[in-house]
Amino acid sequence: MEKIKSYTDLKLLKENLQKQSVFYSQDVRKDTPVLVRVAMATCGIASGAKEIMTYLKDEFEKRSINAFVMKTGCMGYCYAEPTLEVTLPDKKPVVFGYVTREKADEIIEKYIKNGELPQGVIPDLYQTIDME
Amino acid sequence: MNQKQLHIALRNCGKIDPEDINEAIIHNAYEALGKVVTEMQPLEVIGIIKLSGLRGRGGAGFPTGLKWELANKSKGNEKYVVCNADEGDPGAFMDRSVLEGDPHSVIEAMAICGYCIGAAKGLVYIRAEYPLAIERLKLAIKQAYEYGLLGENILGSNFSFNIELKYGAGAFVCGEETALIHSMEGQRGEPTFRPPFPAEAGYLGKPTNVNNVETYANIPAIILKGADWFNKIGTEKSKGTKVFALAGKINNVGLIEVPMGTTLQEVIFDIGGGIRGGKEFKAVQTGGPSGGCLTKKHLPTPIDYENLTANGSMMGSGGMIVMDEDDCMVAMAKYYLDFTVEESCGKCSPCRIGNKRLYEILNKITEGLGTMEDLTLLRNLSNVIKDTSLCQLGGSSPNPVLSTLDNFYDEYLAHIKEHRCPASQCKNLIHYYILEENCVGCMACARNCPVNAISGERKQLHTIDQSICIKCGICLEKCKFNAVEVK
Repeated sequence: MEKIKSYTDLKLLKENLQKQSVFYSQDVRKDTPVLVRVAMATCGIASGAKEIMTYLKDEFEKRSINAFVMKTGCMGYCYAEPTLEVTLPDKKPVVFGYVTREKADEIIEKYIKNGELPQGVIPDLYQTIDME
Repeated sequence: MNQKQLHIALRNCGKIDPEDINEAIIHNAYEALGKVVTEMQPLEVIGIIKLSGLRGRGGAGFPTGLKWELANKSKGNEKYVVCNADEGDPGAFMDRSVLEGDPHSVIEAMAICGYCIGAAKGLVYIRAEYPLAIERLKLAIKQAYEYGLLGENILGSNFSFNIELKYGAGAFVCGEETALIHSMEGQRGEPTFRPPFPAEAGYLGKPTNVNNVETYANIPAIILKGADWFNKIGTEKSKGTKVFALAGKINNVGLIEVPMGTTLQEVIFDIGGGIRGGKEFKAVQTGGPSGGCLTKKHLPTPIDYENLTANGSMMGSGGMIVMDEDDCMVAMAKYYLDFTVEESCGKCSPCRIGNKRLYEILNKITEGLGTMEDLTLLRNLSNVIKDTSLCQLGGSSPNPVLSTLDNFYDEYLAHIKEHRCPASQCKNLIHYYILEENCVGCMACARNCPVNAISGERKQLHTIDQSICIKCGICLEKCKFNAVEVK
């Protein structure tokens, strides 16, 4: 990694990274319609989130689903770990809790493939500020 | 329900990969630092923090802008920025979550603080019990150095800043800023008198600014979005939001961030989902071992620094332990005193000796041996300890006692006068009985009793020998006929 030499360069780097980010750029998103974030703080990992994330990545490949799976920090739903957030094209993000392998299967088959919501959806997500 | 939350300190937690600095940069990390070192002067930045109204999120609520201003004004060109990541309160995990989810927010804020006060070195004092937070923070610092966002001449400016980690070793008292500083210096973690405050003479005797993780996490947002944006959120004297760790007998255990002024009712019942198992809410402990319990009548209270203190508790670092009808308040006070006795550094007599005596009296009461004189002694001793302790560990450790005496005096009376624990928790005061009308003589309880206290023939009424029974509760668990009762 090269050192960032100025404030202007930092802002440019940000813009370039955003253009390549599947969450920010529609172009990049076209190829990866399914976005999954897995909460991986201590509570998530203790509840098995690492195994779920590996399982999801494998299953997406096996079932030929173009998905981007990433780990994040705590989403706050510690009572329902493992939790993950799924964003489908043109839909708001949906957070699922108590995600076991069986639930992960259900999420893939019912929600990702058919748009049907299974049990265990965490309602009413909170607001996060926009830094721009 | 969760609409009542507003994530500022937690803005990136759950959104970005904390192990990839590019993700943080996509979400505006280090932009505030860039703006500050390129376009602004230290006093100008301090002015913004002061105007925002941000107060320390570690518990004391001291105005952050003022703290930075004091360190800025201190003479000397060797100064330090310290992040208090000790998070010793039992049940609190706000700081851990920020460090595991968005470590760059803290790194950036520490650098901004360094710029403001004239410090070139930052130290994070992090408890060793947080291995994942340590790992992610170390990696974040390494990546920040690689991008030149830490080190010499940051973003082409004259400002250089380095960060080092120091590890705690399991002492709650080292969350107190002077004890923390001494621990970092390699000395025993004991508090020392203030004044002089760390802003004047702290680490190695040099001007030092100590702030909590959550306080720092708010800084980049305030710089980029402005003081006016921040001070519109919250109440008159408590601006912005607060992160709370909800724990205990609540349905939605977890991490939340709400604007100051949100009521306890909203936090516990709307966001928290109410009490587990449909039981009755009894009390909520805020501020950990330094706080007090708030009861049903306090539920409509808007949460802010002043209101919580006025009602016998304190904001604390953000731990909220919810209790229900099955929790004994005397036992709860005893639990906190057990903790503070263990954690007392021992330097001053009121805390070292006084807290031990408080614990002994509370223990006596839970065993059914308490007297009315004990209650007077508890109160008087508590006040003496509060008034005369050297630091806030002793200065606040009697709070759970005073608060439960004020709000649950009837429970203390029941233990003392009736030898009864209203919540059926204190082992010496409860008895397990087998109900004649429900017992079918299946022998499940007798077979499972670890001390063979239950006798009875098959299909005959069983009885528990009270002199042998250890109140473990296994019989209650095993009985399928609701024949075991606890009184």
